Amino acid sequence: MQVKQPDKDKLTQLYRTMLTIRRFEERVAADFAEMSIPGLVHSYIGEEACATGVCAALRLDDKIVSTHRGHGHCIAKGADLNRMMAELYGRTTGYCKGKGGSMHIADFSVGMLGANGIVGGGFGIATGAALAAKLEGTDRVAVVFFGDGASQEGTFHENMNLASVWKLPLIFACENNLWGSTVPVELGVAVKDIARRAAGYNMPGVTVDGNDVMAVNDAAEEAVARARTGGGPSFIEMKTYRWRTHTEALWPLGDNRPKDEVESWKKRDPIPSLGNKMIEVHMTTKEELDVIDKEIRARIRNAINFALESPLPAPEDALADVFSDQGGQR
Amino acid sequence: MREITYAQAINETLQEEFRRDKKYVYMSTETIPAMVKEFGAERIRATPISESAVVGAAIGLAGSGFRPVVNLRMATFGFVATDQIVNQAAKITYMFGGQAKFPIVILMTVGAGRYMAAQHQISPYSMYMNVPGLKIILPATPYDVKGLLRTALRNTNPVIFFTHVALSDERGEVPDDDFTVPFGQAEIKQKGSDVTVVALSRMVQESLAAARQMESQGISVEVIDPRTLVPMDTDTIKNSVVKTGRLVVVDEACPTCGAASEIASQVVQDERSFLSLKAAPKLVTGAGIPIPYSPPMEKFAVPDRTKIAAAIKAVMEGKGRKSR
Repeated sequence: MQVKQPDKDKLTQLYRTMLTIRRFEERVAADFAEMSIPGLVHSYIGEEACATGVCAALRLDDKIVSTHRGHGHCIAKGADLNRMMAELYGRTTGYCKGKGGSMHIADFSVGMLGANGIVGGGFGIATGAALAAKLEGTDRVAVVFFGDGASQEGTFHENMNLASVWKLPLIFACENNLWGSTVPVELGVAVKDIARRAAGYNMPGVTVDGNDVMAVNDAAEEAVARARTGGGPSFIEMKTYRWRTHTEALWPLGDNRPKDEVESWKKRDPIPSLGNKMIEVHMTTKEELDVIDKEIRARIRNAINFALESPLPAPEDALADVFSDQGGQR
Repeated sequence: MREITYAQAINETLQEEFRRDKKYVYMSTETIPAMVKEFGAERIRATPISESAVVGAAIGLAGSGFRPVVNLRMATFGFVATDQIVNQAAKITYMFGGQAKFPIVILMTVGAGRYMAAQHQISPYSMYMNVPGLKIILPATPYDVKGLLRTALRNTNPVIFFTHVALSDERGEVPDDDFTVPFGQAEIKQKGSDVTVVALSRMVQESLAAARQMESQGISVEVIDPRTLVPMDTDTIKNSVVKTGRLVVVDEACPTCGAASEIASQVVQDERSFLSLKAAPKLVTGAGIPIPYSPPMEKFAVPDRTKIAAAIKAVMEGKGRKSR
């Protein structure tokens, strides 16, 4: 990782975003374990550099489509922590008024077109968002985040082909965390580097260290520049790792991943990797980074308070919003 | 009044609406040459055979302010995109708490009558009726195609617009003005006093033919077409049953958990229409088999005017609360 003095603001922002995701996810995992958050929660801890590096290359009006492991993408695209937390707590003030939960958070106002509970379910939506940008004649781009697991779905291949045939401003951002649910990539993926598949759809593909936020950002900047100037879609494979099991669980969830594999990836934590580099070149100090951490912890506490102070929905609120012209009326 | 075919009604309505609003985008493996010529290949998009990707793209377009129309051609092909229709398009407005609108029209053909066998002929609308968040439209005449397609294209929800594969050449009168047919408004296609026949899609024409046969035998048949299955105008149906006391529901789809059984269920759940019944309701449906290829077997697999007439006679002789 190369860090340069003029980049201080940008690097500090990347650090802040990654740490915000980390602290958010730590709190969510703890609250889930305490049974304050119901349902299914998929933790992004360990993969923070992917969402952060990619979204730092985007404008507010660019669109992203996320996955079941979507909190990091929401935060990196600029979603509000309070409304995210309120959604996880099932409150009326949540992004989806409590109708979606962890896997369906969306904020159209910041170009976050939704997490998705179906693996591979979001590719087409991103294709449509990219087609919209093209039809409008803007230089807006779309990014679809997905994992190694989704690259085995038919929708992946259909949309890679369609995006290429239509030369869409779409970036395929593959978070290869080496495990598709509980299946290791070598049992699920026929190629060593998923980015090689890009060639089959006539688009450029690169594989980068997904725990190196600058490497991710460089690749994203290049892909975004290509998309903005009519160069069509690109593929970025980010090799990374999730520290926690596929999903948070209240019961002992079998983790069939080798312990030493998990531990070795924890040693490659993307957040101190960046922080230590910044300290090393005297761009910042440990004290400065601690201040950032304190600010973030305060924001997470605020988000929890916001969620807890927000009302739970009335049971009958479930009847609203099935159709858009029905509005919030039941 | 001008007379056009069912197929013409689909095409000219699309053309007129595309002229009206630049936000419409058409995607299909089958593009209409006149539309490509008039609106250009950007808006009238020939797609690869990738049903999931294309329906997905429609969702993304709709969420970005466009009004996509996807022609999947046959309902059997629609199953390839079922995740995108059922898990994505239908639920996305609800799951996201109503923060975005998804105006999407998906065209698919249903029905038998063309000897194309089981993987090109099916009537799966009741499967989609079971998915909250989709409007389900099923027109039987050129007039209803025009009026309902206009409503579908101008609405703000995902709509599945099922046209019948064997009705393409069916002719009918269509006014020149910008009329619409609202969703959730059944039409009494023929007034009658002895039996209510509720018929769907091509079965409307068959039921009208059966009704004419019955007339010569002194039986007065009221034929109702719900026209839209979601939302469904059950009031018109129930009011008719209150008047006639007898119900026959005709649908060429399979009988199990079908639209026909839903209609009968609505009638018997309503105390007023239930207590009016003079005979147990009868359903005339498809045979509950994949549609076979060979003409004698295909004909056997779906209802026709003879089977409908037999059912009408049966309810005329049947027993119910009022006849005891």
